[in-house]
Amino acid sequence: MVRRVDQDRNRFRQIVRGSIRKNLRKFISRGEIAARAGKKKVSIPLPQIQLPRFTFGSNRGGGVGKGEGEAGEPVEGQGEGAGEAGEQSGDHTLEVEVTLEELAKILGDELELPNIEPRGHKQVSADVRRYKSIRRVGPESLRHFKRTYRQALQRQIASGTYDPDNPIVVPEREDRRYRSFQISQEPQSNAVIIYMMDVSGSMGTEQKEMVRITAFWIDTWIRSQYKNLEVRYIVHDATAREVDQHTFFHLKESGGTRISSALELAEGLIEQFYPPEDWNIYPFHFSDGDNWSGGDTAHCIRLLEDRLLPSVNQFSYGQVKSAYGSGQFKVDLDAHFGESPDNLVTAEIPDREGIMDAISEFLGKGR
Amino acid sequence: MSLTAELVALKEVVEGYARGYGLDFFDTYYELLDLDQLNEVASFGGFPVRYPHWRFGMQYEELMKGYQWGLSRIYELVINNDPCYAYLMRSNSLLDQKLVMAHVYGHSDFFKNNMWFAGTNRKMVDQMANHGTRIRKMIDRYGLTKVETFLDACLSIENLIDIHAGAIRRTRAKTEEQIEEDELTTGSRVKKLESKDYMDRYINPPEYLEKQKKELDDEVERQKQFPPDPVRDVLLFLIDHGNLAHWERDILSIVREEAYYFAPQAMTKVMNEGWASFWHSKIMTEKALVDSEIVDFADRHSGTMATAPGQLNPYKLGIELFRDIEERWNRGQFGKEYEEEEDYAKKLAWDTSVGQGRQKIFEVRRIHNDVTFLDTFINQEFCEAQKLFVYRKDPRTGQMVIASRDYRLVKEELLGMFTNRGQPTIDVLDGNYLNRGELYLIHRWEGVDLRQDFAQETLKNLHRIWKRPVHIETIVEEKAQLLSFDGESVESQELTPTGDE
Repeated sequence: MVRRVDQDRNRFRQIVRGSIRKNLRKFISRGEIAARAGKKKVSIPLPQIQLPRFTFGSNRGGGVGKGEGEAGEPVEGQGEGAGEAGEQSGDHTLEVEVTLEELAKILGDELELPNIEPRGHKQVSADVRRYKSIRRVGPESLRHFKRTYRQALQRQIASGTYDPDNPIVVPEREDRRYRSFQISQEPQSNAVIIYMMDVSGSMGTEQKEMVRITAFWIDTWIRSQYKNLEVRYIVHDATAREVDQHTFFHLKESGGTRISSALELAEGLIEQFYPPEDWNIYPFHFSDGDNWSGGDTAHCIRLLEDRLLPSVNQFSYGQVKSAYGSGQFKVDLDAHFGESPDNLVTAEIPDREGIMDAISEFLGKGR
Repeated sequence: MSLTAELVALKEVVEGYARGYGLDFFDTYYELLDLDQLNEVASFGGFPVRYPHWRFGMQYEELMKGYQWGLSRIYELVINNDPCYAYLMRSNSLLDQKLVMAHVYGHSDFFKNNMWFAGTNRKMVDQMANHGTRIRKMIDRYGLTKVETFLDACLSIENLIDIHAGAIRRTRAKTEEQIEEDELTTGSRVKKLESKDYMDRYINPPEYLEKQKKELDDEVERQKQFPPDPVRDVLLFLIDHGNLAHWERDILSIVREEAYYFAPQAMTKVMNEGWASFWHSKIMTEKALVDSEIVDFADRHSGTMATAPGQLNPYKLGIELFRDIEERWNRGQFGKEYEEEEDYAKKLAWDTSVGQGRQKIFEVRRIHNDVTFLDTFINQEFCEAQKLFVYRKDPRTGQMVIASRDYRLVKEELLGMFTNRGQPTIDVLDGNYLNRGELYLIHRWEGVDLRQDFAQETLKNLHRIWKRPVHIETIVEEKAQLLSFDGESVESQELTPTGDE
């Protein structure tokens, strides 16, 4: 049955989505959402959904409390007092929970992102187990109570042992029913994101924060497009190594920069774990554009051209602006590749405001 | 869903107890609801049918979330209507249902007898459904966005009503003819007292006559103003004088009507909850409980009455004050003799056994609202027994510290919190400001500033209704300010203290 309140709820959700969409650029640049993301949901503070009123501000600066203590002593459990006598409480920002899928949809709508078309032959089928049938034997932990009861009731009625005035139903061995699974084949598409980041001395906290925010939105979008998403993290200065997510965003290294080291490691990962026939592969590399030498850049270009680009869906390079970086790498890449291999995307992220444009650049091609 | 046979029997019993104590309530009907149904009804403010609006959906989500996180659950829900409707949650234990019923009869009695509720529509369930139909029709006719936008604007000012409208006549009663006559006789109408010529200077001093004339002139001028007296019922002023389409006026009337319906509940929160808790406690402990339920009852009851350290629980404040009043009137602790007794110990031990307590609390529930209730009955003894104090922010440390336990200060602070339901008092001062049809409101500042971001947004909504520039005079950080919205941008300008209001 459709409840009356559902209509109002839908309208509310609609307003929430609209409001998030309107403020998306702000949310993205502030990193607010990325910082609040849980596993499946994000809670987003949306003050503007409340109906505004003429109401008191917060400078009452006191109130009435109850408890022990002498004048001059701090109030136990201080903070809020009884200032909420009216029907509306004072400072109460509305927190709305939005699933990551919903958020991805909002992002997609706002940036007009095309859906990703997985490369044809990367559809693998996998065995999926679903509990959707019933058997007469099975472990007690899977006993289907209702079916068992119904079976027992049927038998008792049929055999005339059921007494409506004393409706006790006792299941016997043959009444028992158990849940059981069936195996079916379902097509599955897998994707992997390989994040690489330059953590050399010139990448500061702010640059890493920008990378983190960008990565969050990329994750959210690609996750909405694939059932199975794996994420790998590589950091590099002059040498590269694989790390976990936390380390990726918090590591502070210093030293030189050899971008090819990261590309080599990524290439190795792909070769070892992610055969291109089975996987959709998305490497993202972030740096401030400084590289050790022109020689290494040339090496990178060769690596990209020969090994990486043919096997990945799209290789993305995001150049974060820092006070020390020269920004040369992007220039070199663009000069060499120009428009030709269309699965290489480069974007510049000058500041937080630029994150949104970079995201739309990266994800705008629908690969 | 209707009640199970067991609950019907329980209802009969509890209702009998309640009547036995002299509670006088509307016929009370219970509905048995599941959690999500209960939350649905609760998000509609207790009504099964309201007009469609997203904030009900928002409230529903918040209630569900509060329940899932274990922060809150709704125990009782009862609406002021004749017959009175109340809801029980299906999954509650029998003890809970008993407790809720006992509580509900307290509320029902309060709704029926408290004089602040006298003017409320007792067929509000029907009226709300009617409002729903009207607004649904408008949506069909004019489109959701248009109706919703206007409804949002109206809801944004729904607190600007005159909660004492039923009791106070604010406009000076002057008929049109009187005003006209006044105008005709200007100048010659100052009545002189009869006197001999040589005494005239003393009996009718010229300065006095001059003053009288000026007052009358001012009055004539004042009558020319629009409105002649400040209007507190801002919604009514907009309905009467706003440049509104028929459907807009209808929406505004609906919002105003509902605001007046709900206002007494906000005005008597402490009393109403205190009264219901007083009676559920009496009924349960003296009559309805069986031995095996005592512990669970104590647990539920203390859960509702719990006051976190440093805070205030309206249920607790209300029940304790009612109990205190009953005790005081039972022991004769009132009247001139008692008040004038100076020996504190003697006052505490005072007992004339007059036994007027029960009678007194029934009278109190009839004539008071929260403000008068707290003002009349809070005294030093009560504050001490309840350990009430006033706290203030220490400007040095930013910490809240106990400022005083003096009952006069406690009372003053409480009254500040409850005056006008904790809402700012705002009047229409001029509906034709600068002779340009602009609306000029004044916030009667009483110590607390308006929340600025909200005030600006509300002004915009007000503009949507008035359709001409709108202004509100208020005080921000101790300076008089005029906040204005002309349809494009919000501006604030400092007012010079002499102001020309």
